[in-house]
Amino acid sequence: MENKQSYFGEIGAAFKTLTTGLKTTMKEYFTPKSTEQYPENRKTTLHIAKRHRGRLVFKRDESENYKCVACLMCEKACPNGTIRISSEMQTDPETGRKKRQLLDYQYDLGDCMFCNLCVNACNFDAIEFTNDFENAVFDRSQLVIHLNEEVYKGGSLPNVIDGGAEWQVGTFNTKTK
Amino acid sequence: MFDFSIIANWFDSLLRTTLGLGDFWTILIECVLVGLAIIIGYAVLAIILIFMERKVCAYFQCRIGPVRVGWWGTLQVFADVLKMLIKEIFVVDKADKLLYYLAPFLVIAASIGTFSFLPWNKGAEVLDFNVGVFLVTAISSIGVLGVFIAGWASNNKYSVLSAMRAAVQMISYELSLGICLISAVILTGTMQISGIVESQTGPWQWLIFQGHIPAILAFLVFLIAGNAEANRGPFDLAEAESELTAGYHTEYSGMGFGFYYLAEYLNLFVISGLATTIFLGGWAPINIGIEGFDTLMNYIPGIVWFLGKAFVVVFLLMWIRWTFPRLRVDQILKLEWKYLMPLSLVILVLMTVCVAFGWTFTA
Ligand code: SF4
Ligand code: SF4
Repeated sequence: MENKQSYFGEIGAAFKTLTTGLKTTMKEYFTPKSTEQYPENRKTTLHIAKRHRGRLVFKRDESENYKCVACLMCEKACPNGTIRISSEMQTDPETGRKKRQLLDYQYDLGDCMFCNLCVNACNFDAIEFTNDFENAVFDRSQLVIHLNEEVYKGGSLPNVIDGGAEWQVGTFNTKTK
Repeated sequence: MFDFSIIANWFDSLLRTTLGLGDFWTILIECVLVGLAIIIGYAVLAIILIFMERKVCAYFQCRIGPVRVGWWGTLQVFADVLKMLIKEIFVVDKADKLLYYLAPFLVIAASIGTFSFLPWNKGAEVLDFNVGVFLVTAISSIGVLGVFIAGWASNNKYSVLSAMRAAVQMISYELSLGICLISAVILTGTMQISGIVESQTGPWQWLIFQGHIPAILAFLVFLIAGNAEANRGPFDLAEAESELTAGYHTEYSGMGFGFYYLAEYLNLFVISGLATTIFLGGWAPINIGIEGFDTLMNYIPGIVWFLGKAFVVVFLLMWIRWTFPRLRVDQILKLEWKYLMPLSLVILVLMTVCVAFGWTFTA
């Protein structure tokens, strides 16, 4: 963008924008800060947005059945091979129709870049991201998760999947338990 | 107003007459003591400034900054210093060893040198020459040399590049800085630091009030040029992290880097201190010409006034630093040579005219 201005016009414009900037930061200086004191508050006032992408889980219904039909759409959508699905064809004994059966749904948290493409690709609403973010382990191999084998019921923290505590501004959220 | 020279004279006579020491020993002892005091003051201020910078920066960025070490993060700086002290110091292969080791000391020497000029209290100026203002600018330019040598000796192209940028910037802005100082000299008629402060005592006698329009303009130009001189944002392109990693001190580790860091913060204080001295009356208290108020203000010791005013300016500079984006090198030079430099010359003429026709509020 080329804006031709006179010498003094430029000075005037500069002053105007600079004072706008100074005003903005000064306002920011006095706004209450919403910094979270993690890990002190992890069991008390920790708030974590519901939409935060912590890790991938299977959606399950009341009887803990998953909806994945091993269509491989998510595996294909994933840009970096995070998802590896193995399946086999099984014949339904009653109807005699052949159907693909999921054997193993392997999700490597260490590779995932949390782009959500897999969730978007799934036509069966079978996977979602949970906001459970405490994923640190000491060994990479532990990050390889088999989603069909685990029944995910909320993570290490109480009610974190519901977003945790109310979001508070200006209290520094230091309360420990 | 408490006069610190009483203590100084008492101590001097204690050494000379009571203890009967000769000229040589008296001066030696006094020099060592004053030197120690300066270095201690330097270190203490560095700690305060680094902590302040981190907190102020955090607040401007809507964070709360360090809170873990000590109450509200107050011991964080000590932890950082300890970390820096136990880091290994190593030299780059094929670096120019002598210059490489010399450079941080030049920078720190320039910084301490200018630091010693600050008038802490009435009678407590350490260096008080009759060409004080000139000497300040002269000594501060040793820092440019240090920065340039550091980049040159590091055997690293990026460091050379950054050193050149830093040198270009510092040398350019030193001009406006010097001219602003001279306009203050015109107003007060003296180059001696103590004289300049002395002429600012009394009701509404701070130079910024005395010299009204030209003085206020000079103050603004001084702040901008000083900020650039101290290599701080928005003029911190010498250490543009994204392009040059850390600039001229890339190859320094441990305390070598620590010295640059220290000098940078203290230069910030020196600039604020000089701005305070020259334009805001140094240790001179606020006097408004009402008897009761003035005597009350005079009871507050000068060092409190000086530090208070200096820290207000420090905050101002930090505000500027954490607000504005970094400039490009051509923009920096354009700002100096197309805007600040002509402006400061205009200020100089304006000030001269004002003083010549007596259009100032000098008592
Ligand atoms: S979020 Fe992205 S990277 Fe992670 S599994 Fe899904 S598609 Fe792959
Ligand atoms: S998770 Fe969805 S997209 Fe992926 S295999 Fe299962 S049904 Fe298909």
